[in-house]
Amino acid sequence: MGDLETFRAETRAWLEVNCPPEMREPMRDESDACWGGRNPSFKSEAQKKWMEVMAARGWTVPDWPKEYGGGGLSAAETKILKQEMARIGARNPLMSFGISMLGPALLKYGNEEQKKRFLTEIALGQIRWCQGYSEPGAGSDLASLQTKCEDKGDHWLVNGQKVWTSYADKADWIFCLVRTDTQAPKHQGISFLLFDMASPGVSTKPILLISGYSPFCETFFDDVQVPKDQLVGELNKGWDVAKYLLGHEREMISGMGLGGQTDSLGAALSEALADDPILRADVARFDVDAMAFRAMSERFIDELKAGQAHPAQPSMMKYAGTELNKARHELVMAAGGSNTLEWESDRSKKGKSAREWLRTKANSIEGGTSEVQLGIVAKRILELPGA
Amino acid sequence: MPLYLNEDQVMLRDTARGFMADEGAISKQLRHWRDIDCKDGFGHALWKQFAELGFNGILIDEADGGLGLGHVEAGIVLEEIGRNLTPSPFLTSAVAFVSALRGTALRERYFPGILSGDTVAALAIDEEPKHRPEAIAMRAVRSGNGFSLSGRKQFVVQGASADVTLVAAQSDEGLTLFAVEKGAGGLDVEGVRLADSSIGARLTFDNVAVDADAVVGEVGGGEAVLSRLLGAGRTGAAAELVGVGTASMDMTVDYLKQRKQFGKLIGEFQALQFRAAHLYSELEIARAATLKAQQLLDEGSSDAATMIAVAKAKAGRASTLAVQEGVQMHGGIGMTDEYDIGLYMKRDRVLNELFGDAGYHADQLARMKGY
Repeated sequence: MGDLETFRAETRAWLEVNCPPEMREPMRDESDACWGGRNPSFKSEAQKKWMEVMAARGWTVPDWPKEYGGGGLSAAETKILKQEMARIGARNPLMSFGISMLGPALLKYGNEEQKKRFLTEIALGQIRWCQGYSEPGAGSDLASLQTKCEDKGDHWLVNGQKVWTSYADKADWIFCLVRTDTQAPKHQGISFLLFDMASPGVSTKPILLISGYSPFCETFFDDVQVPKDQLVGELNKGWDVAKYLLGHEREMISGMGLGGQTDSLGAALSEALADDPILRADVARFDVDAMAFRAMSERFIDELKAGQAHPAQPSMMKYAGTELNKARHELVMAAGGSNTLEWESDRSKKGKSAREWLRTKANSIEGGTSEVQLGIVAKRILELPGA
Repeated sequence: MPLYLNEDQVMLRDTARGFMADEGAISKQLRHWRDIDCKDGFGHALWKQFAELGFNGILIDEADGGLGLGHVEAGIVLEEIGRNLTPSPFLTSAVAFVSALRGTALRERYFPGILSGDTVAALAIDEEPKHRPEAIAMRAVRSGNGFSLSGRKQFVVQGASADVTLVAAQSDEGLTLFAVEKGAGGLDVEGVRLADSSIGARLTFDNVAVDADAVVGEVGGGEAVLSRLLGAGRTGAAAELVGVGTASMDMTVDYLKQRKQFGKLIGEFQALQFRAAHLYSELEIARAATLKAQQLLDEGSSDAATMIAVAKAKAGRASTLAVQEGVQMHGGIGMTDEYDIGLYMKRDRVLNELFGDAGYHADQLARMKGY
């Protein structure tokens, strides 16, 4: 216990010196996130400095091994670091699908060369990744994907289309599910491939959503050549990697149920609730659910680190977290009344509340719909019969 | 502290689980005492066995002869009680009463009897059909070398068989708690059977004389005592609700795997699968919230009060969902007395009301958060 208390004191002191004051302000919206990448765009010097000092210490990925750019911290130390960052309101230094999704899959399935190369780049924020999973004909039934990958001797040749590729137009590389065997049963002909989005034959087209944002793209592959050593895990065993990665994606999305909010929603909306007893009651019930879910998130992370979590538990977390986040934004809209309906005014910060409210509707679709998650819980945890 | 049970706690759970599933089983306890119309509603022999296993001393300091453990451990026993609907004075006596008396002189008088399983304690808080401890009206007037109590209480769990009852009343100095012994003059006890077959009581106090040394803690210092009592009682009731809900779910999921209709196991129907999975999710969240509240209470954290409100509200709602889905998914047989699932529905309702329901605690949370 003494060692951990020392670690806490040292971490607190280090953060005090190294976390710029601007990086202790809450993020105003998604555009305040730092994504790193080959051609990074930093909103401020402070944002750049914060990412760099954390990356240099391995603390963008505190629990990864040091040889791959991580901090080499234990589960208990990682928890303390997160607590100390939360204490001063420190922003996440680096948002990254490399950290939250690809990294864990590479740690488990990548070969040594792939780990050294790709994990280090991820830790340092040098490469921004996107995820090539869904296709026009493969949504909830992801394993029916058709993007073709042929063995051409000295390279792979990729042809096909992905959809709902988050930030594909801003990403440097893609981790992509491709069909390497068209004859095998659908789950057994898929491989997990990494390639550069600057490769000839890759093109992207942003999709305009109901929120007015375009966080997702259609991504097209037209005779894209990929080096042979960029396939992760075994040929035709990509579904295992895909499922493992989806578990981590679901964890990440379930975290959004907390909405970056550390305390009560009712406290934030109190003025609007004073003369609206029905809404106050709805918000109070929401706060019960949100605080209980926060305890669940803490328990889930603790159990994961101790290897005690059920392998399908991320599905339960994803389901509960995203449904909660949608409920939260419905309440924010109700509390704001007609103020939150303004779409373009400066007063409404260009419709911030309304656009965020609409954005959350994708939470229970992306990364596997709520219905897909419930099906997984029913079959794998409750062991109910049937297809 | 990680939010899961440590090794010692897992051992305690295994002990409690085995014991309660065997000795505390519905057929042996709840149905037995109900069917012979027992006036206490529970078995004193079982209460003695609890004592022998050390359960009764979980929250009593080692210096006072107990185990010096915490609310996490008490909750482990309560969850198993909930799973088996085991009637016992554990929650009122070994959890709420003991917590109220901690650090007071009265512990020397009452803890030995709790530890040996000879003493049963009850709590007289509620005066109206809903739990409103902010509005306690019962009067305690100075008289002789003590006080005279007048007023009425209801929903006094174990009140019909209690050797001692903690009574919350208003004195000139403010809220004060008194330990009133069985048979006190002017005290009328009406035992009432509740929907779940447990026995509660309505108490009427007509100038009941109590000595000054029956005061728990300080005269006018009742808020602190009541807060310890209710904090422990609510956290414990949340744990019992998690047990009630979990057993209902397990029983229901088992049934979905056995019952055939339209030539299929009904568990194959997606409509039922999704509802069962949603229920699982709600119960897991309730379990986490309850464990968090127990840990914060054991740490003496200032965040404990909000988390206790969250845990009682969440566990209450999750358990209610579990028993309602349980009866519905069992279909017709779920309505029969022969099947146990209906007994869970009754117990859930009682535990929801005990120490404040989900609405009360959501409102409390809102007040603590300033809205």
